[in-house]
Amino acid sequence: MAFATSSRSPTRAIGNPSRGPLRGMPVSIGLCCMWIAIVIFIGLSATWLAPYDYTHQDPLARFARPFVSAAHWFGTDYLGRDVVSNLLVATQTTLMIALAGSLICALIGTSLGLIAAHFGGWMDNAIMGFADAMAAVPFIIVALSVLAFFGTSPLLFVFLVGFANWERYARLTRGLVLSAREEGYAEAARIVGVPAMRIYLRHMLPNIAGPLIVQFTVNFPEIILLESGLSFLGLGIQPPETSLGLMVADGRTYLAIAWWLAALPGAVIVLTTLSISLLGDYLRDRLDARLR
Amino acid sequence: MTAFILARFLRAIAVLVFTVTLVFIVLRLTGDPAQQMLSDNAGPEALAAFNEKWGLDRSIPEQYLYYVVNALRGDFGVSFADGREVFTVVAERIPKTLVVTVSAFILSLLIGIPAGILAAVRRETALDKSVMAGAVLGYSVPNFLLGLVFIFVFAVWLRVLPSSGSSTWNHAVLPVATFALFNAAAIARFMRSTLIDVLGQPYIAAARADGIPYWDVILRHALPNAAIPMVTTIGFVAGGLLGGSALIEPVFAWPGLGSGFVNATNTGDLPVVQAMIVLFTAFMVAINFSVDVLYAVLNPKIRKH
Repeated sequence: MAFATSSRSPTRAIGNPSRGPLRGMPVSIGLCCMWIAIVIFIGLSATWLAPYDYTHQDPLARFARPFVSAAHWFGTDYLGRDVVSNLLVATQTTLMIALAGSLICALIGTSLGLIAAHFGGWMDNAIMGFADAMAAVPFIIVALSVLAFFGTSPLLFVFLVGFANWERYARLTRGLVLSAREEGYAEAARIVGVPAMRIYLRHMLPNIAGPLIVQFTVNFPEIILLESGLSFLGLGIQPPETSLGLMVADGRTYLAIAWWLAALPGAVIVLTTLSISLLGDYLRDRLDARLR
Repeated sequence: MTAFILARFLRAIAVLVFTVTLVFIVLRLTGDPAQQMLSDNAGPEALAAFNEKWGLDRSIPEQYLYYVVNALRGDFGVSFADGREVFTVVAERIPKTLVVTVSAFILSLLIGIPAGILAAVRRETALDKSVMAGAVLGYSVPNFLLGLVFIFVFAVWLRVLPSSGSSTWNHAVLPVATFALFNAAAIARFMRSTLIDVLGQPYIAAARADGIPYWDVILRHALPNAAIPMVTTIGFVAGGLLGGSALIEPVFAWPGLGSGFVNATNTGDLPVVQAMIVLFTAFMVAINFSVDVLYAVLNPKIRKH
């Protein structure tokens, strides 16, 4: 938010101030967008970009220091594996899981919120009661319990990560739908006989999308943090697959002799979550201003 | 107010019973405990003896009663890992977690609340911006990573503090610092936004117009009104302490409940896992109940009923 408040100062704007979407955008937000673009590009093309197979071991070139040789830009790890390649694939994995998790979360949350708003009564109470209960327990505890009982499998893991914080979407959607129902367009559509489902999906959803998108930008970094946390504990992504949290966990053992093994994936996590959070804050301020 | 507190108390009990029941059901769904605990080539007599010993040969409702009665007595069976009583395994970890979480919690209040107040009062200044930048970093940096950074700086590089273990007080410094900074960021952020909301209220403008000194307005008029929403937030932070300990304690090899829970999860030590889930739920329920009560005590709108 500290950066978003500076959006009003014209000195920090980039580009021609009269030019559409970039108008008044602070440099920090521009940098965030740039990093997000890089990460998305990595997510799409990591396997082609990677100079080596990330599982390829080279015991003679173990612990090569970063930024020294052109063969291994970011050095190598304790098995002589190329860190750049591992980092690219790990970023891709983490991003895919976070994306799938966020979409599942948005889908579950908005559907349940819609159902609660549509039916009201005991259904509303039941869903919102469940939402309150979920919000009261730290999700990492729930996740660890589920993993303890059912073991780790990639599919379960994605769904588990997607189940985190669904209650926020549910509350938001419920509130938005209830207030949207009071507005003229929904009533008008209902009177001319548009079915309820179509009103919700075709008429209301586009109108309430703004806050939901902002919620997505809040949720996405949290899911990255959850994924990397669980993988860090050895309960998420399992080797030979790789993820940013797993890389940090791997590098942790060699902190004293090879700092880059934990620092580089850690930096990617922080830069990504930071960029998305700042962009989210900025978007929220912009959307709020437009609503005012 | 008594009725309100009583209702909240009953709800807390209901949540606890629900969780205990859920844990029981899930545990029975995940397979035969005898086969999980005994080796693969255990004979049918051994399985039968095991089932009889733990009452697993009875009907499900009977087993449930047996389980609840034992849980109430603190008896959760024995750990799969080393055959010790689950109660002892869990109980010996509680003080370790309390030391870290309670001191970190107090420290985070001492840092977060003043930082948030200053940021709100000196809004849009460099002070406000640095507090907010710290808060943004606080929710972007994973807590285990912050722990690793601390280990790297203070244990590997400066060599002034131990990186893992719990034998001396020095060992507690880094886990407490990681925990406290993390929570302080969240508290400062909420304190700031709550206070800014309150400062925008008409009664603050009225108090200012009356000529009451600025800091008097902040301390006597704004802060008490900001306290009510803050209680909820601080309750959330307190409730998150155990979740945080699951990530922070393993980083520092701190032998508390968090690392115990992660170990038990990794090794599939289900009796320990279920005892901890019940304990964590009891803790969360207690926190939420205290928040509700505090809320009622602080808020005159509820107090007068």
